[in-house]
Amino acid sequence: MCGIAGLYLKTPALGDRLGAELSKMLTLLSDRGPDSAGVALYRDPAPPGHVKLSLQVIDGTSPGADWAAISDGLGEAVAGPVSFETCAGHAIFFVPGDAATAQAWLSHHAPAVSVMGSGQVIEIYKGVGTPREALDRFGISGLAGSHGIGHTRMATESRVTTEGSHPFSTGADLCLVHNGSLSNHNRLRRDLQREGIAFGTDCDSEVAAGYLTWRLREGATLEQALEGCLADLDGFFTFAVGTAEGFAVLRDPIACKPAVMAETDDWVAIASEYRAIAALEGAEDAETWEPEPGRVYSWGSALVA
Amino acid sequence: MATTAETHSFDLRVESVRALNALLHDPHGGAVRVCHPDGAHALAVGLNAPWEVELDGHVGYYCAGMNAQAQITVRGSAGVGLAENMMSGRVEVFGNASGAAGATAHGGLLVVHGDAAARAGISLKGAAIVVGGSVGHMSAFMAQSGTLLVCGDAGEGLGDSLYEAVIYVRGRVASLGADCVEQELDSDDLARITRLLAEAGIDGASAAEFRRYGSARELYNFHVDNAGSY
Repeated sequence: MCGIAGLYLKTPALGDRLGAELSKMLTLLSDRGPDSAGVALYRDPAPPGHVKLSLQVIDGTSPGADWAAISDGLGEAVAGPVSFETCAGHAIFFVPGDAATAQAWLSHHAPAVSVMGSGQVIEIYKGVGTPREALDRFGISGLAGSHGIGHTRMATESRVTTEGSHPFSTGADLCLVHNGSLSNHNRLRRDLQREGIAFGTDCDSEVAAGYLTWRLREGATLEQALEGCLADLDGFFTFAVGTAEGFAVLRDPIACKPAVMAETDDWVAIASEYRAIAALEGAEDAETWEPEPGRVYSWGSALVA
Repeated sequence: MATTAETHSFDLRVESVRALNALLHDPHGGAVRVCHPDGAHALAVGLNAPWEVELDGHVGYYCAGMNAQAQITVRGSAGVGLAENMMSGRVEVFGNASGAAGATAHGGLLVVHGDAAARAGISLKGAAIVVGGSVGHMSAFMAQSGTLLVCGDAGEGLGDSLYEAVIYVRGRVASLGADCVEQELDSDDLARITRLLAEAGIDGASAAEFRRYGSARELYNFHVDNAGSY
């Protein structure tokens, strides 16, 4: 069991409340996932010609990284000024150039640092602890943005670690949160490793993220990649996928993992349970429905490549 | 029917689910209007007295589970396992219901005015379920007794491994499950459909528009040669 939540603000003026509302939703899903939590927020676009990286030192024994030194080194390597902000073991870096160059430099010169997400607008924060503890630690309530997705985890297929927490990056400005369990993740992980997709955990959800990354890399649209999940993933899932423009939702055809969606003039929300949506202003008058099994839903032109 | 004229008011933003269920376990019954359910789970569960309960909003999982005697109304949608194992009484939802609505229900009437999701009436044991909208896949799976009446469409695998329960569908059936077949609609069926629609308060549908589905009784367990195996 895990909890997932997503919120897309149709009214840009509500952007200041994005982090606060998403935190509220996830905290209400604490008993579906008490061991770790994470969010992907879409906010604060990188300047033209720059890429934004979400970094974290995941080695639990390390006190953190020397972000200033990493910034200097990276700036020298890409021959341009790098800026960053830090937050509870995380750092958001703005780097001139492309993500691949920056990631290659980091894996060489700062191997303890994990790149959890990259793109123009995505920021990923995740870690162990109850959702309230984790989200408070990262100060999510204070963050503005256009939309976001989040997850509360009850680990079933792998250990409780930050690496096993969601969201998982699936490409530039893309990420996945998963409620469910996959049965064929070991075989699929081996197949994807042969295709050059790297994995850091034994977590089944990371394999789903790797599958999407691979399909997108091979030229599939997000809709095609998600529809491919119906054929190639064996197991139970409700997925929410965050994109630069919005989010998409998919449930497996058996549909034993729950999902509720709701929409008002101001927002669109998805959650594992209505309880989380009830916290949003206007929820009582929202149109609410259960997404049908095996059908891709999307908001905010999320599927426009 | 409740004998008291007084209707309690209960605000779930002020009082707990446990306090509500404790109140509703008073064997004398009564009338309660509950506001701000906010999707809470296990509301009005295990009632066994002539209560009238009105839940004013969306409810979470297992609402009205094991209900006996009580009349429970939800003015919103309901989560997984609505009226699971109901014994008697009436549960009425004006919105939609999630998966496994009316699962294993033995008696009483469950009315969902919107849609019910997957596995509606799974393992039904005698209750009547009336759905104003459509039902999802694997509805009435292994249903043993009782009636599932669907005014809209039915998803895939309808009535798989059915026993004695009867299904009526007005719209399109995506596919029938193993051993479920369409059967002739006779005058008893027409009377039963008319009565259920009236009891459910659903207008605009007439009995002759429905098709009847039941068990072909050709699965292994229906053959007398296999009786000794049980």
